[in-house]
Amino acid sequence: MQKNLEFWKRFCRNKGAVVGLLIIVAVILMAIFAPLLYPDSPWKLVQRPFIPPMELDGYWFGTDTLGRDIGAGLVHGARVSLLVGLTSTVVALLIGVTLGAFAGYYGGLVDDGVMRFTELFQTVPNFALAIVLVAIMQPSVESVILAIGIVSWPPVARLVRGEFLSLRSREFVQASMVLGQSNARIILTQILPNTLSPVIVMTSLMVATAILLESALSFLGLGDPDVMSWGYMIGAARTVLRQAWWMSFFPGVMILLTVLALNLVGEGLNDAMNPRLARKSR
Amino acid sequence: MGKLSFIARRLVKGVFVLLAIVILNFLLIRLAPGDPAQVMAGEAGAADQEFIQQLQEKFGLNQPLHEQLFIYLKGVLTLDLGWSYRQDEAVATLIFERLPATLLLTGTAFCFALTFGVLLGALAAARVGRWTDSLITVLALVCYATPLFWVALMSILLFSVYLGWLPGFGMFSVGAGYTGLEFVLDVLRHLILPALTLGLFYMAVYTRMTRASMLEVMEMDYVKTARAKGLAPGRITRMHVLRNALLPVITLAGIQAGQMVGGAVLTETVFAWPGIGRLMFDALLQRDYNLLLGVFLVSSAVVVLFNLVTDLVYTFVDPRIEVS
Repeated sequence: MQKNLEFWKRFCRNKGAVVGLLIIVAVILMAIFAPLLYPDSPWKLVQRPFIPPMELDGYWFGTDTLGRDIGAGLVHGARVSLLVGLTSTVVALLIGVTLGAFAGYYGGLVDDGVMRFTELFQTVPNFALAIVLVAIMQPSVESVILAIGIVSWPPVARLVRGEFLSLRSREFVQASMVLGQSNARIILTQILPNTLSPVIVMTSLMVATAILLESALSFLGLGDPDVMSWGYMIGAARTVLRQAWWMSFFPGVMILLTVLALNLVGEGLNDAMNPRLARKSR
Repeated sequence: MGKLSFIARRLVKGVFVLLAIVILNFLLIRLAPGDPAQVMAGEAGAADQEFIQQLQEKFGLNQPLHEQLFIYLKGVLTLDLGWSYRQDEAVATLIFERLPATLLLTGTAFCFALTFGVLLGALAAARVGRWTDSLITVLALVCYATPLFWVALMSILLFSVYLGWLPGFGMFSVGAGYTGLEFVLDVLRHLILPALTLGLFYMAVYTRMTRASMLEVMEMDYVKTARAKGLAPGRITRMHVLRNALLPVITLAGIQAGQMVGGAVLTETVFAWPGIGRLMFDALLQRDYNLLLGVFLVSSAVVVLFNLVTDLVYTFVDPRIEVS
């Protein structure tokens, strides 16, 4: 309890992180209560097309080229962004932590092999790979999640490997080895919990990057055709940019705010979890 | 001796990475929907069994997988990346026609990002804790969180539609008939918006890195010594801090530069810039898998080459690298 309080104190000292957290909570609430705020499907044609924002009561964000409510799109779009951002990060963590743990714990040839594999994935332009993967698997929420996960794991693997390398030679790990604990047990119960804090910090930044990737894929028309997303809205409004700025402006602001907030929270977590490393500049 | 063996090892590694990328690409092509022979026969408008069999023999599709891989490798080595039936042209020809435009765009964006990133980062570090620092930090944070394609659209709206300062479409004015210097200036005017929007995100990355790296170096003993000796602060920042702080930034910049090719898909799509990114988008719309994977292969190869060059240049810049 005392420890938790300390953690929050340090987190709240970073004002940006607090603002970020508030924005994230707002976006999450928006996603949860989307069906209450806008009960109709965001795909439904509700008014005449091309209504500018603030012109018609109840349509504060205007309507799009087909007469769909942009406000409904913004609120419902939050769901996909968060869903894809979180789950693709989980996929990336599963791959990255597993490979990194093996490489760092066993070292030697295993390490060499895994790291060459990781380097390969780091070299390949990751957005281009994501495009190719989604195009091959056909666009759907699942394929987008999988593709983003597959291109995002290398930094996790490197981080976890580094942590494992340095923790493996520490006394408490050596002691477990002498006690005859199995490798799996040492990896899962002794070392892994100690790598948690840098991984958590990295996770919030990864969710942010995943949301950017998802929006870019949807923008190019590689999103799930049945799900309304911010990237899709911008992509669909691209051709009418000159006549209707609002159609692409608002969804972009939503992406910007969400990603910015996640990055701010990441920095706050970093300050709170690694107090010794906290930057003196603040 | 040390330097030569480092370069040799680096070259060998580059070749292996390229090989691995070609194999990855081969596997992805095999995963693409539809039997290649059937697709090709369908595209050619004659889907009878005999023709399909001919195609399978011609491309070795009836042979075991490793034989197919061998055939594919041979093709790649002779720069044969297959045929784009939608565009009725060899994939390699299509790509190499468009590659210079992409290199011009990403190269400019990279130079812009690195120059301004380092300048802003250094300025922030030198004025740490003051309003200049806060301003630059916030700017970097925002640029780091902005979707690339959205900035591109908004910049067209602002600078091209409302202000009318810069063109927001294509690589040169169609039908203007510019030649010589006029043509070069025309291309440059078209280059500004795409290059700046593509570079903005990376500028933010380099700003943050330079700032962090400089703050770290400032704590080093030799910097304290320089201060104690009474050297001018500006001189310490430039000669002692910046020089050492730049090394990690440049290493990372070299690794990341390749990722810009991915970003170019978005920028080129928005600005109708005639490079391989736009080509990839077209291939995507038409589900032209041969072309799509061809672009992917070439852009990965460009990244490998670029990393190799960075590493080699680095051995001459930083003598310490031999040791590791």
